[in-house]
Amino acid sequence: MEMIVASTIAVLTAGGVYLLLRLRTFPVILGLALLSYAVNVFLFASGRLAIDQSPILSRYGEATYTDPLPQALVLTAIVISFGMTAVLVMIGLGAFLEAETDQIDIEQQDDEKGPQA
Amino acid sequence: MTDGGHLLFYIALLPFVGALLPGLMIRAGRNACAIFTAVPTILALILLMTLAPAVLRGEVIQAEVDWLPQLGLSASFFLDGLGFLFAGMILGVGLLITLYARFYLSGEDPMGQFYTYLLMFQGAMLGIVISDNILLLLVFWELTSLSSFLLIGYWKHLPEGRQGARMALAVTGSGGLAMIGGMLILGNIVGSYNLTDILQAGDAIRASEWYLPALILILLGAFTKSAQFPFHFWLPHAMAAPTPVSAYLHSATMVKAGVFLMARMWPVLAGTDAWFYIVTTTGLVTMVLGALIALFKDDLKALLAFSTVSHLGLLTMLLGFGTTAAAVAAIFHIINHLTFKAALFMTAGIVDHETHTRDIKRLGGLRHLMPITFAIGTLAALSMAGIPLLNGFLSKEMMLEEASHTDWLGSHYAVPVAATIGALLSVAYSFRFVVHVFFGPKRDDYPAAPHDPPFGMWAAPALLVVLVVVIGVAPFLAEGLVTAAANAVTGADLHPHLKLWHGVTPALWMSIIAVVGGAVLLSLHGPLARVWNVAPRPEAKAIFDRLVAALASLARGITETSHNGAISRYLAILTVTSVVLGWIAYSGSGLSAPTRGLLPVPPVIAVVWVMLIVATASVVIMHHHRFRALVLIGIIGLSISAGFAYLSAPDLALTQISVETVTIMLLLLALHFMPKITPRESPIGLKLRDGFIALTAGSGVGALAYAFLMRDIETISDYHIENSYEGGGGTNVVNVILVDFRGYDTYGEIIVLGIAGLVIYALMHALLDGPAARRLRNMDYSQDRSRDRHPLMMVVVTRVLMPIVVVVGIYIFLRGHNEPGGGFVAGLVIAIALLMQYMASGFAWTQERKKIEYHTMIGLGVVIAGLTGAGAWLAGQPFLTSAYTYVHLPPIEEFELATAMLFDLGVFLTVLGAVMLMLYSLSRIARFAGATVNVEPMDYDPGEQVTDAKTET
Repeated sequence: MEMIVASTIAVLTAGGVYLLLRLRTFPVILGLALLSYAVNVFLFASGRLAIDQSPILSRYGEATYTDPLPQALVLTAIVISFGMTAVLVMIGLGAFLEAETDQIDIEQQDDEKGPQA
Repeated sequence: MTDGGHLLFYIALLPFVGALLPGLMIRAGRNACAIFTAVPTILALILLMTLAPAVLRGEVIQAEVDWLPQLGLSASFFLDGLGFLFAGMILGVGLLITLYARFYLSGEDPMGQFYTYLLMFQGAMLGIVISDNILLLLVFWELTSLSSFLLIGYWKHLPEGRQGARMALAVTGSGGLAMIGGMLILGNIVGSYNLTDILQAGDAIRASEWYLPALILILLGAFTKSAQFPFHFWLPHAMAAPTPVSAYLHSATMVKAGVFLMARMWPVLAGTDAWFYIVTTTGLVTMVLGALIALFKDDLKALLAFSTVSHLGLLTMLLGFGTTAAAVAAIFHIINHLTFKAALFMTAGIVDHETHTRDIKRLGGLRHLMPITFAIGTLAALSMAGIPLLNGFLSKEMMLEEASHTDWLGSHYAVPVAATIGALLSVAYSFRFVVHVFFGPKRDDYPAAPHDPPFGMWAAPALLVVLVVVIGVAPFLAEGLVTAAANAVTGADLHPHLKLWHGVTPALWMSIIAVVGGAVLLSLHGPLARVWNVAPRPEAKAIFDRLVAALASLARGITETSHNGAISRYLAILTVTSVVLGWIAYSGSGLSAPTRGLLPVPPVIAVVWVMLIVATASVVIMHHHRFRALVLIGIIGLSISAGFAYLSAPDLALTQISVETVTIMLLLLALHFMPKITPRESPIGLKLRDGFIALTAGSGVGALAYAFLMRDIETISDYHIENSYEGGGGTNVVNVILVDFRGYDTYGEIIVLGIAGLVIYALMHALLDGPAARRLRNMDYSQDRSRDRHPLMMVVVTRVLMPIVVVVGIYIFLRGHNEPGGGFVAGLVIAIALLMQYMASGFAWTQERKKIEYHTMIGLGVVIAGLTGAGAWLAGQPFLTSAYTYVHLPPIEEFELATAMLFDLGVFLTVLGAVMLMLYSLSRIARFAGATVNVEPMDYDPGEQVTDAKTET
C-alpha cells in the first residue's frame, strides 16, 4: 500500500511539474491542480497509512485510530487550494481577455501585440 | 534601575518626539521653527545636566525595560562618563547648530525639513552613546546613517549632494552591516547583549578564537563611520551638505561615532597586538594622508574635511596605543577638536555665505572686511595648529608625548617621526586657512561684497572659540569631565592632570619642529601645489563609482537571466532548487532502518491506482485538448477521494469529492471563454528539459514519501484523540480539531477563502469595466451553443433534487461533530445543489429566486464564527474555547448542542458564499458575452406546445 501511495505522489508531482512548465495558462492551471493533489496526499500520508481506523471515536470500547491531525490540515488545504485555483483561473481568464493571448512568457510578447483600442 | 534612570528614557525620546514639531511649526515662521527645534534639545540638555554630578562622581546611571527579551533585545540605557561627554557634545553643539542654521539657510530652503532631519539625527546619535544594549546601539547606528543621508542630500537639486549622500550611505551602511556581525559574535561569546555585561568580560573575549573576526568586523564599522583610510573618501564628498550639517555631523558628532565605539569597546578589545597594529597603523596612515591632502585643497570645506579625517586618524591612533595615558589624551582631544573644528566649519560657512565662494584662490584679505569672523577663524585655526595657550596645543602635546615612546614593529622612530610629520602638515594647512583667506591684499573681485554676518550667525562659533581659549589657558577646568570619561573608557581609576607646561620634553621639541616646519612648508605652497596637481593619484570617487557600477551590472545580469519575464523559467528554477536542496539534506544525514511493514493492497485499490496513473499520464500527453484534460482531472480527483475513503479518512473523501465537482465546474465555465486547444509550440529540447525536471522532482518527492511512510514518528495526536470527546464534545476527531483544537487556524482559513471569493468578484468587475468587455461582446460563441440549453429532464430532475440535497447538506452539517461531515462539506454540497439550478434553469431564473447576496453570506459566516469565538470571553475563557451540553426534547433522542456547531455554521456560510460568489462571477462574464437570458425556466413551455397540438387537431 505504501508503494502505491508513494508512487501516486511521484506520478502526480511529475505530471504537475511538467504541466506547470508549459507556456500557456490553462495547462499551468491544470499542473497546479495535479500538484495540489500530490501535496495533499503527501501531507495526508505524513500521518502514516491505516486501514479501517477512522478517527471517529468508537462507542464500543477500545479501538485504535489513525492520526487525525494531518487529516484536519489536509481538509482545509483541499478547500483552500480550490480557492487558489479559482483565483488563478480568474486571473488567467482576465489576462487572456485583455491581451488576446494566453501565453505566459512576457518575453515573447511584443509591444505591437499590445492592447488594441 | 538606578536613581534618575528614567530620565535617560526621556533624554533618548525627546529628540524623536521633537522631530515632529519643526515640520508643523514652519507654518508659524522660521523663528518659531528654530525655537521649537531648540526646545527639545534644551530640555534634554537640562535633564542631562541634572545627572551630571552623579556621573562626574563616577556613578553609572542605568535604566532598562524589556523589549524583545527572546532576542536579547531590551530598551536599556546607561550613562557613564564617556556617554555623558558625548551626549553633552551632541546636545550642546546641536543647540549651537540650530541657532547657526536659522541664519545660514536661505528663505528658499525648506527649513522645517532640515530641522526635522537634524533632530532625528540628534536622537539617533544620542541613542548610540547612551545605549546599554548593543542590538539597540546597532539600531541607532543605522539610524544615524539614514538621517545623515537625508541631511547630506538636503539640497536635492545639487547632483553633488545626492551623490555624496549616496556614497556616505553606501560606505557607512556597509560598515554598519559588518559591525552587526561583529556585535553578534561579541554577544555570543559573552552570552549577553548588554554592554555593561560585555565590558566585564574582556578576558573571555580576548581569549576567544572568535576575537579576531569580531574585532575586524567591529573595526570595519568604526573605520567607515569615522572615515579612516581607506574609507576616508566619503567624508569630503559629504561636504556637499549645508555647512551646519558639515559642522555638526562631519566634525563634531557622527564621524566621532566610530571613535566613540572604539573607546567604548576599548576595555574589551584593546591591549592585544592585533588591536595595536590594526588600529594604530590605520590611524597613523589616516592622520598623515589626510593632513597631506588637506594642505592642497582649495575648497575651504574640503580642506576642513580632510583635516577632520586627519584628526580622526589621530584619535584612532591614540586609542590604538592601548595605554591609559593615550586614552586620556584621546578623550581630551575629542573635546578640543570639537570646539575648534566646529568653529572653523562655521567660519567657513560664514565666509561662503558672505562672499559666495569657498575657493581659497578667490579669497584673501578678508581681515579688514570681516574682523569678527577673522578673529574667530584665526583663534580656532591656531588651536588646530597646536599653538600654546589654545586647547589644541595641550592635547597635541599629549599625543606627541605618547607617540614619542611607542615602538612599532620594533622600530623606535616610526611612530614619533610619522606623528611629527602629521603635526607639521597640520600646522601648514591651519596656517594656510588663516593666511590665504584673511591675510594678503584686499581684492576687488569677490563674487559678493564681504562683511561680517549678523550676531546670530557668529554667536555660535564665538562661544566655541571662548571655550578654545578658556580650556587652553586653564586646562584644569576640563579635568573633571576628562577624568570621568577616561575612567569610563579605561575602566581604571585615573587622576590625570592637565597642565600647560610639562617642561622640556621630546614632545615639546617635536612640537617646535612641527610649527617651524609647517610655516616653512606654507611659504613653499605655491610651487609644491603645482607639483601636487600634476602628480597622478588615485581618484577615490572614480574607483567608488566604477565599483558601484560593476556591482549594479552584476546584479542586473543575475536578475535579467533568472527573471526574464518567462514564468516557466522561474518555476523551473524553483523546482530545480527545491530538488537540489532536498538532495543535499538527504545526502547529509542518510536514513535510519525502516520500522514499519507494508500494508496489503486489495485488487480494487490496485485498479483505482492504475486508473489514476493512466489518467495522469493521459493529462500530460493530451493536455492540448483542454476539454479532455479536464475530464481526466476529474477522474484523478475521484480516484484520490476513493483512496482517502479506503485509508481511514472519510472526511477527506467527502471534501475531496465535493471540491472536485466544484473545481471542474469552475474550470469548465472558464474554458468557455478560452481557446479549446493548446497549440503545440514547445520545441522538443524544452519538452525534454521539462520532462527531466518533472521526473526528477516526482521521483524525489515519491522517494521522500516512501521513506517516511516506512518509518514511525512521534505524534501529538494522542492528545487530540483522548480529549476530543471530553473536551470538545464530539466523536469525529477531525471535525473537533477543525472547530475546536485548531479553531483559530480554521477561522483564518475561512477568511482566506472569503477573500478569494471577493478577489474573484473584484477581478470580474475590473474585467467588465476594461477593454476586455468590448472584446467579450464581440466574441462569437454561437458555435458552442447547444440548441436545447435547458433540457426538460435536467430542469425537472434538479428541481426535484434540490430539497433532497438541501436536507442531505443539513444532515451532513449536523452530524459533522460526531460522524464524517461538517461545515466545509455541507457548504460544498449545498453549493453544488445551487449550481445545478444555475446550470439547468439558467442564470437569470435562479438569480431571481436568490434571497441573500453571496457577499453577505461570506461576511455573515466570518462574523458568526468570530462572535462564537469571542463568546468564550464572556465566560472568562480564551478566544474560541467551546462549550457543549446535551439536550433532551421528548419526541427526539437526546442530542448535543455545542458552541462549536455555531462556529461550524460560520464555516458553512463562508464556504457556501465564497464558492457561489466565484462561480457567480464567471457566470456574470458569460452573460456579458451575450448569453441570452431566459426568464422562463425552459426555452419553451412544453405545456403550451401541447395546447398548440390540441388546437391543431
